[in-house]
Formats: sequence, structure tokens, C-alpha cells
Amino acid sequence: MKKELISNWGNYPQIEAEVFKPDFVQEVNGLVKKEQAILARGNGRCYGDVALSKKIISTLSLNKVLAFDIESGIIRCQSGILLSDILAITVPKGFFLPVTPGTKFITLGGALASDVHGKNHHAEGCFSNHVLDFKLVTADGNTLACNRTKNAVIFWNTVGGMGRTGVITEVCFQLKKIETSYITSRNIKVKNLDEMLDLFDQSGDTTYSVAWMDCLKKGAHQGRGILMLGEHATLADLDLKKKKNPLALPKKIKLNVPLFFPGWVLNKFAVKAFNFLFYNKQRKKVNTSIIDYDKFFYPLDAILNWNRIYGKKGFTQYQFVLPKEGGKEGLKEILDTIGNAGEGSFLVVLKLFGKTEPLAKWSFPMEGYTLALDFKITLDTQDLINQLDDIVQRYKGRIYLSKDAFSRRSLSNVPTQVTSKFTSLQAERLGMI
Amino acid sequence: MAKEIMLIGATSDVAQAMVHLIDRKTTHLWLVARNVERLEPLKTHVEITKAISVSLLESDVCEFEKNITLFEPIAPKIDEIYFFAGYLGHQEKAQTESAETLKIINTNFTGAVLILNVFAEAFAKKKSGIIIGISSVAGDRGRSSNYFYGSAKAGFSAYLDGMRQRLAKVGVHVMTVKPGFMATRMTRELDLPKLITASSEKAASVIFKAAKKKKNTVYVTTIWRFIMLVIRNIPEAIFKRISI
Repeated sequence: MKKELISNWGNYPQIEAEVFKPDFVQEVNGLVKKEQAILARGNGRCYGDVALSKKIISTLSLNKVLAFDIESGIIRCQSGILLSDILAITVPKGFFLPVTPGTKFITLGGALASDVHGKNHHAEGCFSNHVLDFKLVTADGNTLACNRTKNAVIFWNTVGGMGRTGVITEVCFQLKKIETSYITSRNIKVKNLDEMLDLFDQSGDTTYSVAWMDCLKKGAHQGRGILMLGEHATLADLDLKKKKNPLALPKKIKLNVPLFFPGWVLNKFAVKAFNFLFYNKQRKKVNTSIIDYDKFFYPLDAILNWNRIYGKKGFTQYQFVLPKEGGKEGLKEILDTIGNAGEGSFLVVLKLFGKTEPLAKWSFPMEGYTLALDFKITLDTQDLINQLDDIVQRYKGRIYLSKDAFSRRSLSNVPTQVTSKFTSLQAERLGMI
Repeated sequence: MAKEIMLIGATSDVAQAMVHLIDRKTTHLWLVARNVERLEPLKTHVEITKAISVSLLESDVCEFEKNITLFEPIAPKIDEIYFFAGYLGHQEKAQTESAETLKIINTNFTGAVLILNVFAEAFAKKKSGIIIGISSVAGDRGRSSNYFYGSAKAGFSAYLDGMRQRLAKVGVHVMTVKPGFMATRMTRELDLPKLITASSEKAASVIFKAAKKKKNTVYVTTIWRFIMLVIRNIPEAIFKRISI
């Protein structure tokens, strides 16, 4: 079998892999049985060294809808279907994803293996909160049906288990009823971190909340940014034109980054200029508008291959969470460290997580503040991340393995008592095999 | 216009890609394959996303008699039939093992002909319908590397040629497709030159459009028409000394 060079969205690291791409789910069992070590992989929209292995089962052809009840909103699909494809099918029928990350180009299986969270975590939890059952091909090559009562241990080990328990082949979950495909969005311009965290606390009743932060500002303006709040618009919220087709799918506007940018393009000055423009684009303190769901949830999906702006060497995303208690001080320390290192990051994203499901013990979220930062890969990256890891550790936080390529093992939570059959570059780096 | 489409060899890559092109003018889709349980997910997917009903039929092209009884009652309902089933086989194995030789001939020629005969008669009777047979450029001239497959496909092409001439007079159209190299499961282990290799999506789209326009013989990529023109015209005295 021919090998190909693969990497996830951060373009770092890369690995030579044999990629099996079964067309039919029945082929998965045989492949798992035959291979010593293998890993399922979806669309590669995670960032670091998770979902990379020398032998890969790509689920991308296992992308069929198996059942969709338009009364209850329960849908069952094969694991390789993209969230974007699910939306195109369900939105016209009045249903939205119960939880969605910031890109819709991930697979359903990936959503479960990473137990993704979204802007509504504080209100509606992780993706797994809405999963009813799934099927998993385990190390012996057999298919296992799992839910909260049947094979419950495997169920919870698979949720956020990063593919280490087997190959997820199908998932059944509950969609969310919507009246329209639009979002009522309210953007609030925020002066600094104190104001930001206060506003997060006050907006607990809002379904969706997330903030963009300027990570290079120091002193009194440290943590300035824009808090973005949103609700699904009701029919009554729409103007006459939109009312004609309230469940319309957004128009596709596709920009592309056709080539890798040279590595030097994205420097501190570019980030500063970008942050300035982004912050000052909004004149008023509060800006309310009705926008389509793509604009609200997936602004970056409009630019194909945006990861190429970081150059061929790639980038890493550092996402951590700190417990709410003492979290503010931790965030300040992190922002100081980044400011001192002069490492700019576009689109630093801050979010307040809510309560979590105790059984989902391998899921990333915990009640507290999560921040996601992008760093271009340089010789200093490991150093910087070591410094950040120190702070996260001191504040008893953890990091998100779906983004990780550099962090230490003590900061991550994944099952260790699993077979060595399903292995990843990440599991090897962290010494979990 | 309501129409019913049947794909035989529905687990093949091109047939799978073809399913996604089928539009809502189609009212019912028949998928025929040996491992029909593999197609269950595709069936529900098409039914849910396209609101087209789908029937799955289990059939092995090489079970001649069984196929005739299976297809005779269904054939009059069908408006378009695509025959995708094929078997490349192992040339060297077929040189010494008659089972392999027979499998190649029976899948690509005998079995194909017996099934399409049923449809030809039904379509002639109702004076409408389209038959699309997927043959191969390998049938354009026998070559040392794959002449069992090539000769079976040559026979299949000649069969389609003749049937086209006969049925044209009663309003039934027959189209022959000659894909060149295609990146599919059948050729996964072969090292094919990228420039002249088509993806199954591209092949499906070419076939789908050509069937709408009622073309006679279609090469999936034009370059193959020229490649085969050259290969066919190499004098035998030279041809037998070279290996292509």
C-alpha cells in the first residue's frame, strides 16, 4: 500500500501513513482485526498530533444518513459524515446541531471522540450530552453497540477518548429544534479582562457566548475584546424578506488561501494591525444584528485553507481551561507571558464553560475559563508552551488534546487503560502506550 | 417525467459516485449487487436526502439462469439501466487456471449479455428505454498484459454495437462507455499515471451527462480516444514485439 504524508489542520507534525479508506462499514472489522496498530481518522480538522498514526482508517467514505425522524429530531448517521452535510439536511427541516465547534468541517465520529464543545457549553454541555448511542469496532474486530446503560464503560471511555477505544462507525444523537436558520447576535465591545469576565457571568442565560480577545494589549487594556452573544432567531425576529424562507441555508461564499504564505508574513506587527482593525471595526458599545448561522458559528470556514497563512512549518493551537476559582489570575499570567514572549496570536478565543457531566471523565471541559491561542511553529514554540503549561498546572487546569502537539502529559485527561491497538502519534508522545 | 433507474454492480466506485448525481426526476432507484447488505446505508441516505425510494436486489452476474428469472418481471418498469459490473481478474492466473478464465469471461461478457438481453427485449416491446454498458478501452485491442479481460470487453463492446443498431429503430438507445484508467478499488494496487487517470466522480459525471445526450460511444477522457487510436493502428508486425 502506498504511503502518504498527512497532517492535521495545524500542518504540524506530519507523518507518513498508510491510509485505508473503506467504502463500506463491513470492511472496518476486517481491517481492525488484521492490523497490529491502527487509528480511525475523520477530516483531520483537529490540530496537533492526535488523529495521526502510521496506519489510518479514514472514515470519510462512511458518510451516509441512516435514519432521520423529523418529528423528534433524532438522527442516526455513519461516523464519517461532516457536520456541514448534516446541517444541509436538517436545517431545512427545522433542526440544528445541539452542539457545534467553530468549524463545521469535522466528522461526526470526530465530534464524539473529541467530545467537542461550543459556544453553548455553559447552557447545553458537550456534544456527548446529546448522543443517544453509537457503534464501535473494538480491538477484537467486533462491532459493539454502546449507550448509557449497555456497554456503559466503553461508552464513557469513547466520549473524549480520542479514538483510543476503537473505530466509531455510527452515531445517533438528538438535534435541536429551530424556527429559523438565523441567529440574533449581540456584540459587546469590552475594555479589559475584568469587564469581560463580569459580562460572561452576567450572560449565563444567553444560549451562545464567546469572546475574541486582543492578546497583545498590556496594562489597563489587557484582555480587551469583543463578547459575542447569540440566540436562535424566532420567526417573529425576522424581517419580511427573511420570513419568506425562514429555514434557508446560508449562501456559500468561498474565499481560498491557494498557497502557503511565506513564514515571515505573519509577524507581531501583522497580528497587532489585525487586532486593531478587528476591535475598532465596531464603533458602538453594543451591536445587534440578525445573521445567518454560518456567519455566527463558522466565520473562518468561509476562507478555505486559512491554515496556510501560518506558512509551511505550520502552527499549533494552545487551548486550556482553568477552574473558575482563581481563573482570572491565571488568565492574566498567561496573557503576560504571551505579551512578554512577543508571540502574537490571531483570534484568541475565550469562553466560560459551565457544569460538566461527571461520567464524561475524559472530556476536556471543566467549569471555568477556556482560552485558545494559535502560535506559528518556531524554534521557541516548545519553550513558550512549557511556560504556559507551568501556569496551567499551577492553577489546576488542563489542555485540550484535540489541539495539542507540545504539552505535557500531566495536563491531559484521557483513558490510559486501553488496548495498544488504537494508537496515535500523540499517545506515543505522551507515553500512554 | 417519472423515471426508474437501475444500477447493476452498484458497489463499484463509479456506481456509488453516480448515485449522488441522480436528480429528483428519478422516482425510484434500483441498486443491484452481490453484497447487497453493503448498500443499506446508501439506500437510507438517498431516501432521506433525495426523497427517492430505493430497492436493493441481490444478484451475482455469473448466476445466469437465476438472473433471467430475477430481472424478467422488473425490466418492463425500468427506464434506464446502467451496467457497471466487471471483473479485471489476474491475467497470469487466467493463463493457467480455467476457473479464473471463466470468471473473467462470465462476468464481463456472458453474464452481462444474458442480463442485458432481458432488458433489450422488454425495452423493445415498450419502445423506450436506455441501456448503458460500461465496457473498456482494453477491448479495443488485445494486449499481452490483460487479454482475457480485454477480449471479454471486446465481445461486450461488439454486443452493445450490434444491439444499438437494432434497437435504434424502435426508439431504444444503447450507449457504450469506455473508461480509460480510473482510480477505483479495482485498480488500487496498480501504479497508474495520474495525467490519464480519471477519478470515479469524474467518470460518473461524464457518463451521466453523455447518457442524457444519448451519445453512442463515450471515452471518459478524450485522451483515451487518441491513445487507443494509436494502439489500434500499430502494425501487428511491430505490435507483437513490443509490450504495452
